[in-house]
Amino acid sequence: MATVSSTRTSDLNLHHVSKRFAGDDHAVPVLDRIDLSVKSGEFVAIVGASGCGKSTLLRLIAGLDDQFDGDIEFSGERVRTTDLARGIVFQDHRLFPWLNVEQNIAVALKNSGRSKEEKRRAVAEHIALVGLKGYEGHHPHQLSGGMAQRVAIARGLVNRPKLLLLDEPFGALDALTRSRLQNELRRIWEHERITMILVTHDVDEAVFLADRVVVMQARPGRIGKVVKVDLPRPRSRSDVAFVRLRDEILADFSVPQDVAAA
Amino acid sequence: MSTPSLELETGSGAIAASGESGESGKAGRWRGWVIPAVALLSWWFVSRHVVAGHGMMTSPAQVLHTAIDQARTGALWRALSASLARELTGFTLGASLGLVLGALLGVSPFANRLIGPSFNAFKQVSLFAWIPLISVWFGLGDVAKVVFLSLAALVPVVAHTSDGIRAVSPALLDVARVFRYSKLQTVRQVVLPAALPSIFTGIYLALIYSWLATLGAEYLLVAGSGIGNTLVDGSEQFRMDLVVFGVIVIGITGWALNALARAIQQRWFRDPAA
Repeated sequence: MATVSSTRTSDLNLHHVSKRFAGDDHAVPVLDRIDLSVKSGEFVAIVGASGCGKSTLLRLIAGLDDQFDGDIEFSGERVRTTDLARGIVFQDHRLFPWLNVEQNIAVALKNSGRSKEEKRRAVAEHIALVGLKGYEGHHPHQLSGGMAQRVAIARGLVNRPKLLLLDEPFGALDALTRSRLQNELRRIWEHERITMILVTHDVDEAVFLADRVVVMQARPGRIGKVVKVDLPRPRSRSDVAFVRLRDEILADFSVPQDVAAA
Repeated sequence: MSTPSLELETGSGAIAASGESGESGKAGRWRGWVIPAVALLSWWFVSRHVVAGHGMMTSPAQVLHTAIDQARTGALWRALSASLARELTGFTLGASLGLVLGALLGVSPFANRLIGPSFNAFKQVSLFAWIPLISVWFGLGDVAKVVFLSLAALVPVVAHTSDGIRAVSPALLDVARVFRYSKLQTVRQVVLPAALPSIFTGIYLALIYSWLATLGAEYLLVAGSGIGNTLVDGSEQFRMDLVVFGVIVIGITGWALNALARAIQQRWFRDPAA
């Protein structure tokens, strides 16, 4: 079974990770020698303009793509394929339209090796965690975008992964829903104490949530700089220190006209 | 959209609105009866006042009389049950074989490369072009007819099953990989449910095509009984009332099969995204 023993530290280490798309040896690499270490329990945000390879990087960490150079290690083991210890939430919720909320979350537990009763309890707990009590029997087409994304977050969490990868999870939502879900994600992270890596193009969101913000640059995709966010939580977006940090990161984008949703 | 309950209200509001438009559609349904009613009236008028007593023409009253006669003697039920039994046998055989073949073509790239081109070429040949071969190999009896019907049912099921399976979104397959689904789990939990609406469309078409083919088979492979043979008998005996009666029975049966398939689709295979 693909569980990780709790005695080992569940740190993530990327060493010289590079990627080119197949059959395109002369093109600029999508990712160029990425080095990054994430400590257990840390919240890291990766920001960058579209096309900087941040989502590709997340797929590599998830184990959905093994065509790359360099090393990715999680909990002392090389990442070769997907693992229940590494969860992921996609930008589009990717719920199964033929299943209801409860069944969609249970999808994640199919190979968890838990008993029926444990599964049932875990699903109920996570429905409560994302505030969807009473919606168990709803199908995805009956949910708003924000609610569907909460189901996707519950599905990502229900296996109790050591690491949760979030690929622009709020990118397709309206501003109000987005800020509410950002608050909920902060609460869940504080409650569950698991490592989270959030890919976003929203610098505000990154500074609001993360311990560290990794700024990526495009063509080739590489890490520009890493900014530590030493502000107490919950953070206020109008706080002077918050605004200063955000502006500092924004100034660092290599292609200013690509900066979205600042 | 600031609270979940508010969001749900918006959702149910949309459902109520679509229900309303459905009701206004129902109210306008009588318009569909205008043309049949006018046709029936003019038929009655022409047969009574214009070409009365002509052998090429029959009256609504005569057809009704024939209908009662056919029903009373049991000829209608014999013909109809023979046709329906044939239709269902051919449909079941063809659709089952089509499901297996379509699933194979959809799931296995190797099978698709091996069989796909031949199947696509086969699909292009009109089904009726096989009738001479079928009659040489299987005669003119029930076996030949069932073979022909199975072919008619097979083609749409294979095409829609394999297309449906291959059209499954890679995004959903990613989800299956994230949760470590085995190949079998992926097929059963993701691929088949995602392809189900398309598969049902194939089965639905198979039901309609095989009914149309039943008539073709009975008309072209003339042996035994069936509603198609009623038509043949009518035209050979110059009994237009029998021909018209047969056409009406065929129409009603086709309509009933169609309605049945629609009802099953509504009940079990509704595309939740639609």
